[in-house]
Amino acid sequence: MTQETKAATFDGVGQQPPSSNGIMDAVRRLFRMRETGLVLIIVALFIVMSFASPYFLTWVNMRAMAMAFAVEGIVVVGMTILLISGGIDLSVGSVTALAMVIAGLLFLAGVDPWTASALAILACTGIGAIMGFFVTTVGLHHFIVSLAVMVIARGACLLGTGGRPIGLYTLPPEFKFIGQGSIGVIPVVIVIFLVVVVASDFMLRRTTIFRKVFYTGSNEKAAAYSGIRTKRVVFFTTTLCSALCGVAGIIYMARFGSAQPTFGMGMELNVIAAAVIGGASLSGGTGTIFGAILGVILLSVVSSSLALLDVSVYWQDIIRGSILLSAVTIDHYLNKRRR
Amino acid sequence: MTSDLILQISNLSKSFGAIQALRDVSFELRKGEVHAIAGENGAGKSTLMNVIDGIVRPDSGEIRFDGQKVNIASPAVAQRLGIGFVHQEIALCPDISVAENIFMATTNISRAPLMNYTRLAEKAAEVLRRLGDINPSALVRSLSISQQQLVEIAKALTLDCRVLILDEPTAALTEKEAQILFDIMRKLVSQGISIIYISRRMVENFDNCDRVSVFRDGQYITTRNVAETTPTEIVNAMVGRVIDKLYPEKQGENEKSDSVILSVRQLTEKRRFADISFDLRQGEILGLAGLIGAGRSEIVKGICKLEGEVTGEIVLNGRQLDTSHYQESIAEGLVYLSEDRKGDGLFLDMSIAENVSALSLEQVSSQLGIINDRLEAGLARRLGAMLNLKCGHVGEPVSNLSGGNQQKVAIAKLLSVNPKVIFLDEPTRGVDVGAKSEIHRILRDLARKGVGIVMISSELPELIGVCDRVLVVREGRISGELSGNDMTEENIMYRASVLDKRLEAVQ
Repeated sequence: MTQETKAATFDGVGQQPPSSNGIMDAVRRLFRMRETGLVLIIVALFIVMSFASPYFLTWVNMRAMAMAFAVEGIVVVGMTILLISGGIDLSVGSVTALAMVIAGLLFLAGVDPWTASALAILACTGIGAIMGFFVTTVGLHHFIVSLAVMVIARGACLLGTGGRPIGLYTLPPEFKFIGQGSIGVIPVVIVIFLVVVVASDFMLRRTTIFRKVFYTGSNEKAAAYSGIRTKRVVFFTTTLCSALCGVAGIIYMARFGSAQPTFGMGMELNVIAAAVIGGASLSGGTGTIFGAILGVILLSVVSSSLALLDVSVYWQDIIRGSILLSAVTIDHYLNKRRR
Repeated sequence: MTSDLILQISNLSKSFGAIQALRDVSFELRKGEVHAIAGENGAGKSTLMNVIDGIVRPDSGEIRFDGQKVNIASPAVAQRLGIGFVHQEIALCPDISVAENIFMATTNISRAPLMNYTRLAEKAAEVLRRLGDINPSALVRSLSISQQQLVEIAKALTLDCRVLILDEPTAALTEKEAQILFDIMRKLVSQGISIIYISRRMVENFDNCDRVSVFRDGQYITTRNVAETTPTEIVNAMVGRVIDKLYPEKQGENEKSDSVILSVRQLTEKRRFADISFDLRQGEILGLAGLIGAGRSEIVKGICKLEGEVTGEIVLNGRQLDTSHYQESIAEGLVYLSEDRKGDGLFLDMSIAENVSALSLEQVSSQLGIINDRLEAGLARRLGAMLNLKCGHVGEPVSNLSGGNQQKVAIAKLLSVNPKVIFLDEPTRGVDVGAKSEIHRILRDLARKGVGIVMISSELPELIGVCDRVLVVREGRISGELSGNDMTEENIMYRASVLDKRLEAVQ
């Protein structure tokens, strides 16, 4: 996907003056992009659903949907970057929950909520750094390391809370504002989400640091042979992903007004699915933030639609899984034809 | 007449989309001959072999096997006919035994529910006896590349093959191992097996084959008896024009300089090489010769701090370097071109521009680390034009390019940092004749401009043709230095392998 976007940019500054041919090429390229396909599917779903359910196109429903994917979207950003560098993280759900639990417990112990949150995010960053250490210095696989951390972090959540949600009724309103307030009509959650998305999308496309992430994921050895310290890059993306889980956990806490030790079970699958539907490859080197976010939106719109259509909750996972499988299959064939 | 032909192909055509890979090709293979196939990249050699092995189905044309018209619809059909294909890339399972690898296909078609390992080992030992000393119960992982190659051949032989296709079998072999392979080939031929032999090394074709067929641009050009033709004639048929000068002019007497760019002293890496000392002078191309595994790549990687824990002195333009990571070496102006372009030289799925700037991101970005697409594309275009890179636009993925053009991208990547010394490891491997001589000219131009060039090559004619001076490496030490008329294949081989028992016997 990145290739096509980049290609389009380069064409703009190509030697030849833009001709109708160039424009046609750009249009053709646009249609080959996965993002375009995703947008079309999402728009189609919107049209169908607006006829199928009178509630779908209401402000309340739109807002609820956006709230649903916004926080998870922050985790998706971290996962996408990690996938591009060639890694994967199964611990995102439990690390998110752990951020909530740590901040919640600190708050109950009398720490001011902002400091508690900062410490919780720091702790999650530390967990990421530990995973990064095992992956880069020890040389274990991301999958195994994060699987272990997923279980450990969940265990820590349950241990810290005795398995029960902690009510944080005394959270000051200015803290709850992060999760529940609005700026004008736009919820703060969505503002934070947009800032993270726009900033990370820009950085991923344009900054040297994130270009090194692409190099490393595309061909780690070639990256090393270009003088890139690939272990540092992987350490960085691993740590960044956990740090973003920490941020997401704090926002959830502010939104729910409680810390839930069982929160985010199965989240990793949704997050990885969104990134992959959006074009990230499990073998690294490809992926875009924009695509991944469209992936989250698609999954979220589908869940919301199914709920409005009174489809049993139990069907939802089956449908989500099928969407993932079809997206990846279609992409596989498109790629094959292109090569 | 047909009775002595095992394989007869007539009017075969095949196209992939818009690309016509084979055009009306005819080819005949006699029983019990070694038949070399020569041609540049893209000449259609591999497509033809894939058709014979049933991997690719032709659009039109006829194949006769032992006089019978056949339809080779899949590799399984080819196997049943008795066609064995030993691919260039080794495709063995590293974690299972040699015997199990050899009988993979047999096991696959066998109906027996249980494995009979005792019998498997016995049968494998029997096959391997024809080929050399390999333990059938060893894990493939523990074998050397050449032994693995022999296992591949053994695998093909178990299928009672009558036609054996060998695609670049010597690419990873040392001279000695290659000789063993040639002996085996002769033995097989005397048993009535026909061999189709593909190799870039012209000398091998002439020493070991009976006939040679030349292909160019998907077309069959000619077939000659090796005894009645010359390498020059074959090369000219391959390129379709007369290549008068294969190599660029060497450094003239008056161009010779005493000023040393790079000076290496007592460079040692505990396991791989020891006591390496040499000077690289202004304007010269220095060659590193040696057998595969002698430590040539390790030495240059050591100088660049890419690999190994190296001790010793590296002095660049009179200043001692204190680098500990390749990143610092690049900053000092030492760059390395990898021998495995696809494996670790390039980012194949990324664009040309993104590849070219991999070493020089700070050149195309602002101080805040934000990449400027225009600068990046401009850099790629400028270097691409300098190297005569043939591509649509620089946003296109590198995987779209031919081997020669990919190599130019890899070289452009190095040139983007204005290096002082370039180490090239097998810079023309897998590159066709035309692009090869272009790369040689590029290297000579760079040397003239004052860039130090150190080149590793396993192709002796190339080293002799391109380099002004050659250092020979044997078992991790420099065993000789040759220049001018002393640079002959015999002199180099002698220094590269004099401790070798087989050669000693010859001496």
